[in-house]
Amino acid sequence: MVVLAQAGRKVEVLTGNEAAALAMKQINPDVVAAYPITPATEIVQIFSAFEADGEVDTEFVPVESEHAAMSACIGAAAAGARAMTATSSQGLALMHEVLYIAAGLRLPIVMPEVNRALSAPLNIHCDHSDTMGSRDSGWIQLYAENAQEMYDNLFQAVRIAEHPDILLPVMVTMDGFIISHAQENVELVETEAVRRFIGEYRPRYPLLDTDHPVSIGALDLYDWYFEHRRGQAEAMYQAPRVIEEVGREYGRLTGRTYGLFEPFHLDEAERVIVVLGSTAGTAKYVVTELRARGEKVGLLKLRSFRPFPHAQLVQALAHVKAVAVLDRADSLAAFGGPLFSETRAACYDLEPRPLMVNYIYGLGGRDCDLDQLHKVYADLSAMLAKGKGEPVVQYLGLRE
Amino acid sequence: MPVTLKELARNQKAFTGGHRACAGCMFPVAIRQVMANVTTPVVVVNATGCMEVTTVLYPYTAWRVPWIHAAFENSATVCSGIEAAYRSLKKQGRLPGGDKDIRFIAFGGDGASYDIGLQFVSGALERGHRMVYICYDNQAYENTGIQRSSATPKGAATTTSPVGKKKRVGKEQWRKDLTAIMADHGIPYAAQAAVSHWQDLSTKVRKALDADGPAFLNILAPCRLGWAIPPEESLGKVKEAVDSCFWPLYEVDKGEWRLTYRPRVKLPYGEWMKNQARFKHLFDGRHDEFLAELQAEVDARWEALLRRCGESVAQS
Repeated sequence: MVVLAQAGRKVEVLTGNEAAALAMKQINPDVVAAYPITPATEIVQIFSAFEADGEVDTEFVPVESEHAAMSACIGAAAAGARAMTATSSQGLALMHEVLYIAAGLRLPIVMPEVNRALSAPLNIHCDHSDTMGSRDSGWIQLYAENAQEMYDNLFQAVRIAEHPDILLPVMVTMDGFIISHAQENVELVETEAVRRFIGEYRPRYPLLDTDHPVSIGALDLYDWYFEHRRGQAEAMYQAPRVIEEVGREYGRLTGRTYGLFEPFHLDEAERVIVVLGSTAGTAKYVVTELRARGEKVGLLKLRSFRPFPHAQLVQALAHVKAVAVLDRADSLAAFGGPLFSETRAACYDLEPRPLMVNYIYGLGGRDCDLDQLHKVYADLSAMLAKGKGEPVVQYLGLRE
Repeated sequence: MPVTLKELARNQKAFTGGHRACAGCMFPVAIRQVMANVTTPVVVVNATGCMEVTTVLYPYTAWRVPWIHAAFENSATVCSGIEAAYRSLKKQGRLPGGDKDIRFIAFGGDGASYDIGLQFVSGALERGHRMVYICYDNQAYENTGIQRSSATPKGAATTTSPVGKKKRVGKEQWRKDLTAIMADHGIPYAAQAAVSHWQDLSTKVRKALDADGPAFLNILAPCRLGWAIPPEESLGKVKEAVDSCFWPLYEVDKGEWRLTYRPRVKLPYGEWMKNQARFKHLFDGRHDEFLAELQAEVDARWEALLRRCGESVAQS
């Protein structure tokens, strides 16, 4: 595997959306079907220009809704094509029904998803309510901290989705506006290297192989449905291994290795924040400041929320005394946000069990600044001093 | 040259027996009539509904051609995705099994086509995919137990438009004219057909498959449970619907409206209704005025169609 660094690095200043569109161009999917929605619109807008200029082999299908976008991707993927779409928020919500069908039919569709709050009240800015609402749809979910990760995750998503042990769709998310519309340096991969990395899609039962007809999407009652759902779960159980394998291989190609999560000053950390997405970048800054003052703080940035890597997570948190899980989505009165519920459940068997608290933050694009994260680490200190993690669930950066 | 019954009988491979549709159900007849006219490789998409649940019940399938079902409302869109994949792989020289010409057919019932999937069908037609969308219209949500749809005729009792102590006529609204709506998309070919007129239907299927772009067919195919008729009367009831001019047979070929069948004697609308138990409440002697209104509506719509097709409105 050629390490591109040796051949000279190519860095461009791109927004998250531009990086995602460029990645799609390099993937060169056979079919893209999409519908505009803020803040994801640009991705397919830019991509459709690539198509109009003949820079891709893609057939672009400008559908009349997001439900139709996913429906067309289902058809295209079942036909034997590599299919992609992109969406956000209400669009993802409108797709909800067919997300499950894409996963249940084991179609390896890849979808950039730009995280945005769900209405009502109407809001176009970032939180994770949208993708948290589809966490049980059977899609793998990879969260990106920045434009670089968004770009890198998309190539890896193709490999993960199409892996013969997986065959599940993957949504690759980035935070709306914070990442999708902010410019950053993104180190690019040569298109030829991308094509070699992702390989050619070789579907096992394409509908277009008319000499070998198959029926896809049968009625499946109590005598088989359970077994088929179990098979789908098995693919998800295998996914952590494949995500790590693909992440290592991508590392050999680019020097950027990816795993299920990224530890940051986690070794010997006593107080740790667990978080998804762009806030991890802010948290890294705060951790660096506090570490400079000798405080034993750390960060665990989760990349793969589905599959939820509970075993690896527990191992990584085994030595920690206090954990604050930050949720950019509220699961109203469920005793914490979804990331908290699952992290806390995973840590239940730890001995000794760390103090675990939850902060709901940043809903509707509310800025999560340095002060808020300093407060979280300070709260954890106070809780450790008292020996009690209270309140278990609280809101961060809210006027109350 | 019109197709012969012998030719059709020889091309019965796509759809086998052993499916679980009710005796007297007419959609299997519609499928056979459609598929017997397909002479190229084909991919079939099916909306959720009776046709899907009775023909592909894991681990069995009645289909010998590639077939997919995704959801209730989106068979047109799934089909458009398959057709886009076909164009993409064909131009890249990557079609599985080598280059060939493939046709695409999406089926949906009236619930899937008139109601929940209207936007999806409309979108697929507007985008110009080369595919045939076929609605098999049995005039209600039969799969869930005979609920009214926007294709249900006015006056029909269904489980969601029941005849009650206060509401006495069943469904109170006239049906949506889906064929005209789809024809008015300006697609190359749209037609209305019925399983009782197999040769007319065959010609329309062939024209639809040959159209250079999207085509739409609306086929009347009764559900004998919903219409509440004996199984052996299903086909006859379709013929009566056509002869009463309630379900005219016509086509819109590149924008040109053409009547493809004109009954020699126009059957009174009530003749079609009266042996169907879903209309029996209208024949208690207290709904004559309502029945006259229905007849007047059928006549007005028939005459409007005649004018649109450039036919003489005068009764022969």
